[in-house]
Amino acid sequence: MASSAAATAQPLDRTRARRRAAWRRRRLVLLLMAPWLIGFSAFFGYPLVMSVYLSFTHYDLLSSPKWIGTANYRYLFTQDPQVGEAVKNTLWIIAVMVPLQVVFAFGVALMLARARRGVGFFRTIFYLPALAPPVAATLAFVYILNPATGPVNVLLKHLGIDGPLWFQSPSWSKPSLVLLGLWGVGNIMIIFLAAILDVPRHLYESAELDGAGPLQRLRWVTLPTISPVILFSVVIGVIAGLQYFTQAYVAANVASGQASQAGDQTVNNLGYPEASTLFYPVELYQHGFRYFNMGYASAMSVLLLVVAFTITVLIIRNSRRWVHYVGAAK
Amino acid sequence: MSTASVPVPTALTRRKPPASVRRRRFLMAVANHSMLIVAAVVFLAPFSHLWPNPFRWQNFVDVFHQAPIFRWALNTMIYACLATLGVVVSSIPVAYALSRIRWRGRNLAFGLVLIALMLPPVVSVVPLYVMWAKLGLVGGLGPLIIPNWFGDAFSIFLLRQFFMTIPEEYLDAARVDGCGELRILATVVLRLAKPAIAAVALFSFLYTFNDFFLPLLYTRENPSRWVLQIGLSEFRSLHQVQWNLTMAATLLVMAPVIIVFFLAQKAFVEGVTLTGVKG
Repeated sequence: MASSAAATAQPLDRTRARRRAAWRRRRLVLLLMAPWLIGFSAFFGYPLVMSVYLSFTHYDLLSSPKWIGTANYRYLFTQDPQVGEAVKNTLWIIAVMVPLQVVFAFGVALMLARARRGVGFFRTIFYLPALAPPVAATLAFVYILNPATGPVNVLLKHLGIDGPLWFQSPSWSKPSLVLLGLWGVGNIMIIFLAAILDVPRHLYESAELDGAGPLQRLRWVTLPTISPVILFSVVIGVIAGLQYFTQAYVAANVASGQASQAGDQTVNNLGYPEASTLFYPVELYQHGFRYFNMGYASAMSVLLLVVAFTITVLIIRNSRRWVHYVGAAK
Repeated sequence: MSTASVPVPTALTRRKPPASVRRRRFLMAVANHSMLIVAAVVFLAPFSHLWPNPFRWQNFVDVFHQAPIFRWALNTMIYACLATLGVVVSSIPVAYALSRIRWRGRNLAFGLVLIALMLPPVVSVVPLYVMWAKLGLVGGLGPLIIPNWFGDAFSIFLLRQFFMTIPEEYLDAARVDGCGELRILATVVLRLAKPAIAAVALFSFLYTFNDFFLPLLYTRENPSRWVLQIGLSEFRSLHQVQWNLTMAATLLVMAPVIIVFFLAQKAFVEGVTLTGVKG
């Protein structure tokens, strides 16, 4: 009798203990995840839903949001004279800056990977500009590329060339920003360098035995092996391009040289010169935080979200054709 | 006698390459290093032009007379330090739960972290601004600091990647000794993950020190809460000061970052590599 009771009680105890352990485990996970659960809901999920809602309203922060249907989107797609310009500028900066940054960073990383001496020294020099605060770096470039007194145009004059107006010229302001972007390419460069140094030596050796020259080894060994890293930097670059703001804002603000007092709402030098540096986020900032058209700014951010998501998915989808994952089969 | 006559095998296989090949390799190396030196000079040039020429200490003194630099620096330190502390404290437990504990929905949660990492933050600024405005916090540093205390997607991602590399045996050894998961996290994992935590703290500090967009949104109307980056961007227009003073101020704002970099170079490079190659 006693033994059979013990036999039935034991599994019961065990399941109860197991259940208690599982409960304790869930409580632990919940405790550990709590900061992110709150943060994700409050600072990611909630704004996302609110953005969509506000995009269908007229809202100026003072009175409560007024439902206006798709009017914001209709204005955005068909009437807003500046948004077209902002989209064009943003596409320009992405199409020019991202490929140049990737190629440039790859070139520098390749030279560094082949250097026999002073790798650490050179790496530091190429990485430093990436650390410089964007505001400070932009200021430095506006100064260096000053049309009249900047060192670059002074040097060009010595060579008998009339330098361009750089940040003062609508056709040179974006190329000037690209130069600034190339200067700060250190992050991608370091990632590329690490990836190139990680390429297995035996791949080069067997390619060499097959008679491949240096260029062929670069094309058929180095590039395919580091292609996932190139993909990573392209995706990061495009997303950064969609958000391009600080450099454009500061360059326009400083280059316009206007005496804008702090908090002075009437002075508007965003996009200077002639809206050539008016990028999509700058336009969004202007509507949201200068004019306080929160509804319209929300519609703009929803569009940006959709575009960013689509572009990222497209790049990653198409990448299967040219990205090789070493050992992906396992 | 007989052993001396047998040539050493390594000497046989390790023949020197022919002189022409050696000369070509040498020239290639020279060309490579010359290009590197030219590139390095170009990269350093913008820094060198910030330096006052001729050098005057007075420039740096004047900067402090022109603008409330100490006030801006203090606001920057409050923002950067509190945000960094928040990121480290709140991201470590999340990264641990996402890497070393098995639970249903873990992959989904990690996927959401990646989505939060990929989507542009610009997208959420409008509703967040409305939220902070309703709470009466616009104009101060609160909206900049508070979100950092609720897990940062990038830091969670970086820490998770590192936690995954810790051998299970270490954790099991602690479990056998009767450690709970929290004890394991606080002792074993934290000690092993010091380099990753250092990298996360550095990145967070740098990001907030350099941040311009959020301080512009929330403190533009309230100069007493300006951080260094806002102050610097308005420096020239505030008093119509000359370029040489603006460049001295620029150098002052760059200096802390460069000093921090030289003090912690290894952590930096490891951190950048960790996010890139294993991402």
